[in-house]
Amino acid sequence: MLDQKDFAFHEMQHLVSERAFTGETMLLNMGPQHPSTHGVLRLLLELDGEVVVNCFPDIGFLHTGIEKNMEAKTYEKAAVMTDRLDYLNNLGNNLVYCMAIEKLAELDVPVRAQAIRVILTELQRISSHLVWLGTHTLDLAAISVFWYTFRERELILDINEMVSGQRMMTTYFRPGGLWRDVPVEFEAAVRAFIERFPEQIEEYAAMLSENPIFLERTKGIGILKPEDAVNWGVTGPPLRSTGVAHDLRKAEPYMGYDQYDFDVPTHTDGDTYARYLVRMEEMRQSLRIVEQAMDKLPYGPVRSNNRKFVPPPRSELSTSMEAVIHHFKLWTEGFDMPKGSVYAAAESPRGVLGVYLESDGGPKPYRVHWRTPSFDNLQVLPLLAKGHLVADLVALIGTIDFVLGDIDR
Amino acid sequence: MNDELQKTVSALEERFGLHADQFRGETNLLVSSAALIELCQLLRDEFDFKLLEVLTAVDYWPEQDPRFHVIYKLYSIEKKLRIGLRVPVPGIEPTLPTLVNLFANANWREREIWDMFGIRFEGHPDLRRILMPHDWQGHPLRKDYPLGYEEVQFSFNAKEIDQDKPYAKE
Amino acid sequence: MGIEQKAGDLGAVTMRLEQAVNWARTYAMWPMLFGLACCAIEMMAGQAAKHDMSRFGMELMRATPRQADLMIISGRVTRKMAPVLRLLYDQMPEPKWVISMGDCASCGGVFNNYAIVQGVDEIMPVDVYVAGCPPRPEALVHGILTLHEKVRGETLKTWA
Repeated sequence: MLDQKDFAFHEMQHLVSERAFTGETMLLNMGPQHPSTHGVLRLLLELDGEVVVNCFPDIGFLHTGIEKNMEAKTYEKAAVMTDRLDYLNNLGNNLVYCMAIEKLAELDVPVRAQAIRVILTELQRISSHLVWLGTHTLDLAAISVFWYTFRERELILDINEMVSGQRMMTTYFRPGGLWRDVPVEFEAAVRAFIERFPEQIEEYAAMLSENPIFLERTKGIGILKPEDAVNWGVTGPPLRSTGVAHDLRKAEPYMGYDQYDFDVPTHTDGDTYARYLVRMEEMRQSLRIVEQAMDKLPYGPVRSNNRKFVPPPRSELSTSMEAVIHHFKLWTEGFDMPKGSVYAAAESPRGVLGVYLESDGGPKPYRVHWRTPSFDNLQVLPLLAKGHLVADLVALIGTIDFVLGDIDR
Repeated sequence: MNDELQKTVSALEERFGLHADQFRGETNLLVSSAALIELCQLLRDEFDFKLLEVLTAVDYWPEQDPRFHVIYKLYSIEKKLRIGLRVPVPGIEPTLPTLVNLFANANWREREIWDMFGIRFEGHPDLRRILMPHDWQGHPLRKDYPLGYEEVQFSFNAKEIDQDKPYAKE
Repeated sequence: MGIEQKAGDLGAVTMRLEQAVNWARTYAMWPMLFGLACCAIEMMAGQAAKHDMSRFGMELMRATPRQADLMIISGRVTRKMAPVLRLLYDQMPEPKWVISMGDCASCGGVFNNYAIVQGVDEIMPVDVYVAGCPPRPEALVHGILTLHEKVRGETLKTWA
């Protein structure tokens, strides 16, 4: 049998207040296995009755060593691991990794590939917000919303599967563009989704936005002030719900986001209800972007022609000697990147997701660091939870919307 | 380079005697660990770089001096500008002053660097392991730390690897 | 309908005790609500409306191991999480079964490094392995049905 002390609070003794040692407050372990922690997060709670005096997150239960593992693989092979970081935003992770490689290698991305990347990334954002809505309301005991949101999510996963063969871990975005062009059924499926989705959002809003129980449980809970949010490095919907309109799609447009017309929703209250409203509105705006991108979808190639980085199509192999040489080099050794370091960032559903990529001139990345939004967003949880009840803590965990794969990497 | 950024960088170059490096549209400054706190305070208070976006490190083993480069990226939300700092840290007893008093999210980020690289941060209130178990030995992201992979089982070595692998019986 | 016909005049159905016990165990096997990583999302999708696992008796997911029969290890198991996992397994009362869902739980998956346990069978005995990264909800359902077949073939001595 295991020694229970192995995961007791001994290493955190210096953090709890003296009231815990006299027995005035109680220490409760909200362990790695808990229905509401949305993954393997351990929270050590110091409780005065039902009121949370302090809470100490203990992370690392999902630390996969992706950053070190990517150093051992070539750039193209390492792209497979990127899907599994923030596992609700697979295409978004792919996108940022490819953006970093394209920035460092000065690789061009054709306009059709950019438009399709935008469409799929925005659909991924909607899918991630649907999971957030379903699980957040599941924790607040509004279970019906869970069934409805996962029903819509199935439509997006069907589009993913149609395009790449895999529902979640697609690795569809490759350096230089996309793996292959979208099939002919893609347009019809996306248009059907655009038709259907707006009334579904209204359905969720009708169930929740004016619901007195939902309002009781979310209004005034976990108020975050804008200065605190920036000081703690919070980005994404938690930051935008405090009033700071920071969205990388507008601040540093990438993949042609400046040609699409969309709003960045903000709110001023900074509480759980504000974050709910911001994310609901983000879903509507994402749908707007998808519609515009589908209308403007240009024709053309979907991957760059730079044969130093992109393998040639198999049809060329029978006619061109250079194509054979490039094919051989790229599939055995991989492409050599120029020496230097870059930082590429994009807006994931959780906040600013960035990749710091450093290369020493070889075919394998020398250092890949993922600046993940959930890492900083979770740090603010003790600040928000002080003085609230344990049930409110459950609401706060849901509203910050972190993903443990993002935090622990 | 953006005009605003140029102003900031010139002011810093003047005050600290640094040189700004431009690569792929990004601005990076090589800073010594002694000037770090003052520089970050200046950037945060005078030039509005209030968001600490990236705090990470790179290991250049087997070079010992400097062995690590700690990378900071500060972002200004109003001006939409990003500036990068690189601080070289030697390999023997690597230490740096902490930024916890300036940017609150440096708390966990510095703990992660301690966990993964072994760089100590002076003045950090709670420097202990964050991603690895609390009694883990070694600093995984260092280049001399092995990847720790299990050998792939092919048909010729499948039985040997299988025998050494621990299987739970009940 | 069918039962009354078989019962005949006496109103009694005869079957072996083993069959009855295994039938009961199969049709009300409650999984433990335990998702680690990406496979957990597919497990949730399997519980959701399109692929409904309640059809197979898994109506509820019990958060507490004391009331669960089945542990679906969905996701990568790190060295920090392994003792916790073993503790949860030990806390489950018998009869208990384990499905290792996904590649990371079965063999370490894409991640072959210092942090990931290369296959959860290093720490606990596994009954069914479901391959995939992540396995489709249909694949998980297939794994559950395979487990049901295995349970139907069990003898009373297995858990006696």
